[in-house]
Amino acid sequence: MSLMADTLTIAAVSAGLFFFLAGTVGLLRFPDTLTRLHALTKADNLGFGLIVLGLLPQSPDVASGLKLVVVWLLVQLAGASASQLIAQFASKGGPSA
Amino acid sequence: MIGSTTLYGLCATGLVAIGLYGLVLHPSPLRKVIAFNLLGSGTFILFGVAAQRGAAAGLLADPVPQAMVITGIVVAFAATAVAVALLLRLVESGGSTLEPSAPDPQDDRPS
Amino acid sequence: MSLLPDFALMLLILIAAVWTVSARDRRDSVIGFIVVGLLLSLAWIRLNSVDVALTEAAVGGGATGLLLLRACARLGPNETEGVSLKVSLRILTGVLCTVVAVALATIVLYPIEPAPTLAPTAAAHMGEIGLGNPVTVVLLAYRAIDTLLEKVVLVLALIGVWALTPDPLWGGAPGSLRAQHSSGPLTFLAQVLPPVGIVIGVYLIWNGADRPGGTFQGGTVLAAMWLLVMMADLREPPEIRLHTLRRLVVLGPVVFLVAGFAGFWIANGFLSYPPDLAKPIIVLVEAALALSIAVILGMLVAGPAARAPR
Repeated sequence: MSLMADTLTIAAVSAGLFFFLAGTVGLLRFPDTLTRLHALTKADNLGFGLIVLGLLPQSPDVASGLKLVVVWLLVQLAGASASQLIAQFASKGGPSA
Repeated sequence: MIGSTTLYGLCATGLVAIGLYGLVLHPSPLRKVIAFNLLGSGTFILFGVAAQRGAAAGLLADPVPQAMVITGIVVAFAATAVAVALLLRLVESGGSTLEPSAPDPQDDRPS
Repeated sequence: MSLLPDFALMLLILIAAVWTVSARDRRDSVIGFIVVGLLLSLAWIRLNSVDVALTEAAVGGGATGLLLLRACARLGPNETEGVSLKVSLRILTGVLCTVVAVALATIVLYPIEPAPTLAPTAAAHMGEIGLGNPVTVVLLAYRAIDTLLEKVVLVLALIGVWALTPDPLWGGAPGSLRAQHSSGPLTFLAQVLPPVGIVIGVYLIWNGADRPGGTFQGGTVLAAMWLLVMMADLREPPEIRLHTLRRLVVLGPVVFLVAGFAGFWIANGFLSYPPDLAKPIIVLVEAALALSIAVILGMLVAGPAARAPR
């Protein structure tokens, strides 16, 4: 049972890290604000979700597992709102660099 | 062999040096405030290193320096707020030559 | 090998710090400072100080960052080039700063043995009072006088900021915190997040007795929720002449002082609590302090009055 949980953790966290890496490469390589934002938010949301999923089997009790899920939801909410705001600022003629 | 605590201690000395450099050399007051905060952060981390080295009595780190740092961070924030308010007031009253002129202190909306 | 993450973190912190000091644009510098603050809170976790990590993330990165960004917006977009400094002066300053760094590094590399510690004394207080978080015990029992004076400093800082109000505007409200492009997503966030944030703030305060968390961290989360609502323009900053606001500002220190003086009658001196009542008294003091901290931090970010009272 614990072996299965550990395998799931390792697989999910590794996949999550891969998406983070992909998102960061996108951030560095894409030409303008909107595409960079796209790469970052899409890939990082998936990556973060996978990391939380991978950590869930390791949580000692239900309460800490629920806390992880709450953290995930809050980051989703904050990330989505922040990227919307950045995109709006960029499309209204903010710094284009 | 250097332990991780020592590594953070060295990081703190770097922060202090960088902050001090900015504090002394930057002509702009706001940049001085930021640099001073960096210097402060370095000092706080040195407290953290002392706390980590003072781990005893079954505690992971000495709680007294930790409590002092928590107090320090909040006081540093309060001091920064006063400094920024002073700076904005100075610029708005046309007393500073180093910052560009700021918009009218009155809020843009009609009251 | 196990030092690799620490080394990488240290490198990142130093690079961000150099960026903060060397960036040409004022706003870039502030963003660099926020990054340093967030990285430092990771460093605090590595130093086994989770309480400090929470404070650093909330106050050092969050609240200070918001304050500085707001100052940037009010100062205008461009950094004026100040007096151009001579290279020799730069080198001299660099050398002096390096000397300071080397002196500090010597202290770090050759510490006194055995390391001085007050942990056993703090642990003894923990047993007496029955709280599980040693940092809370130090803040509110063992060294409560420091915490009390720090609250007074916060009130004084707020008085200092308010004192900068121009005479005709005295008693009015601070300038609006409304974001430049106040819009749908921000309004949505400011409507959805505060209920959750308030629960988390209260949880941090309540939890602080036994696990990492406490008055400062919880109070800052509460302040952040209030600031978010003001930034989305759902509520305007209150006028600083309001009595309710002023009472909330001094509530924490007053409750703390009353609890402190009560120590003369119910225990053996100023700021000492009888063992069986210690926990309820500390929780009461913490609740009052957190409320005051939230109001003070919010008003410190909002700044002096910028509109005449209505």
